[in-house]
Amino acid sequence: MSNTSPESKTQESKPQAIGWSREQMAQRCAQDIEDGSYVNLGIGIPEKVAQYVPAGREVIYHTENGLLGMGTEPSAEELDPDLINAGKKPVTAIPGAAYFHHGDSFSMIRGKHIDVCVLGAMQVSEKGDLANWSTGAPDAIPAVGGAMDLVAGVKTIYIITQHTTKTGAAKILPQCSFPLTGKGVVNRIYSDLCVIDVTDDGLLLTELAPEVSFDYVQARTDVTLINAVK
Amino acid sequence: MIDKRVTSCAAAVADIKDGDTVMIGGFGEAGSPIELIHALIDHGAKNLTVVNNNTGSGRIGLAALIENGQVAKMICSYPRTANSMVFPELYRSGKIELELVPQGTLAERIRAGGAGVPAFYTPTSVGTPLAEGKESRTFDGEEYVMELAIKADFALIKAKQADRYGNLTFNKTARNFAPIMAMAATNTLVQANEMVELGDIDPENVVTPGIFVNQIIEVANPQQESKLVKEGVVYP
Repeated sequence: MSNTSPESKTQESKPQAIGWSREQMAQRCAQDIEDGSYVNLGIGIPEKVAQYVPAGREVIYHTENGLLGMGTEPSAEELDPDLINAGKKPVTAIPGAAYFHHGDSFSMIRGKHIDVCVLGAMQVSEKGDLANWSTGAPDAIPAVGGAMDLVAGVKTIYIITQHTTKTGAAKILPQCSFPLTGKGVVNRIYSDLCVIDVTDDGLLLTELAPEVSFDYVQARTDVTLINAVK
Repeated sequence: MIDKRVTSCAAAVADIKDGDTVMIGGFGEAGSPIELIHALIDHGAKNLTVVNNNTGSGRIGLAALIENGQVAKMICSYPRTANSMVFPELYRSGKIELELVPQGTLAERIRAGGAGVPAFYTPTSVGTPLAEGKESRTFDGEEYVMELAIKADFALIKAKQADRYGNLTFNKTARNFAPIMAMAATNTLVQANEMVELGDIDPENVVTPGIFVNQIIEVANPQQESKLVKEGVVYP
């Protein structure tokens, strides 16, 4: 996602008593980024995934404002206001990086050339619908950025999110109540409690965080989960 | 003889009329042609439709153009940015219109405008509120929504180097929307950090060929938007 969503603030607020921390969610997701992947990371927790990709895997980061081969944060000497990421923060370019214009950048996205995109979520439905750009509140200034293009075009969409809202309401639902970012686009969810795959048969729980039980997750999910953890 | 150089930013923007559509390059401050925007504020053309990814920040550049009441409508993907207070206030009081477009659809609509393609089908926004009321069609079992090209009377963009034919290079991610906006506008006005001689830019490295450029003004030391915002500068 190209810009800060309210979700990133929610996610940064308070950790659950049990389950994975924000860093651990990013770390768990990073295990699934394969060697040689072209990857676009949304801002907030998804950005942290880059820190945890296992050693020995070469991954190229795409930022939709026109750079393949995004590097780490610049030092004071390296800082150039003309070299920023989609969140408008200064970045660096790795040796072997490439710059291009917005038309080409979104051709990479829409043309299914990017392998993985990791985003935050406000809500995810049983069918993999994603809502992460607007609560639909009438007084809000609507802003979408590149989120709809990313979910429509990137081959695999991973979501990192707290399992429930700050007030404990379920975020994994039969239907999203917020306006959609994309329909049937999510492949996998990494929450603070578990990993869930979106499949044709329904939501398949494939992994639990330490000390978290299937029943604990099910009680915080508004969709009946299929338990694949034996 | 072809020489697209002009002597001032004021001369470059002189022909912009009330009601024109103006594309402005930049993604946040990267690539924002701030001197040309300020010349447009001095020039005073009103009732403009402006195409930019954002709505500017602080009270300089694009935000100042909006604050000055010259913009009737914004076409953009993300009007809500850090330090952007001018647009939200006018939008909430109903004084400015917003056409919200997903960023990639915005880029492709601009590119189509410059490429002579009146409309295209895209998978972006299918099933969302931004596809409502738009024609859709199924290709190979997938649903796509039809989007219309955007053209402009003027584009204001910032380049790193320019020669008198209008061949351009850009700096890093400041390139963003500039090359496609140059294609989609009838008149493309460029502020370049550096004017160079014909042939100084290797033809292999020309990013925007001069055919898409109409006027160039050299601005050797452009102001930096974030610095002005930090200092609380207000334009004019």
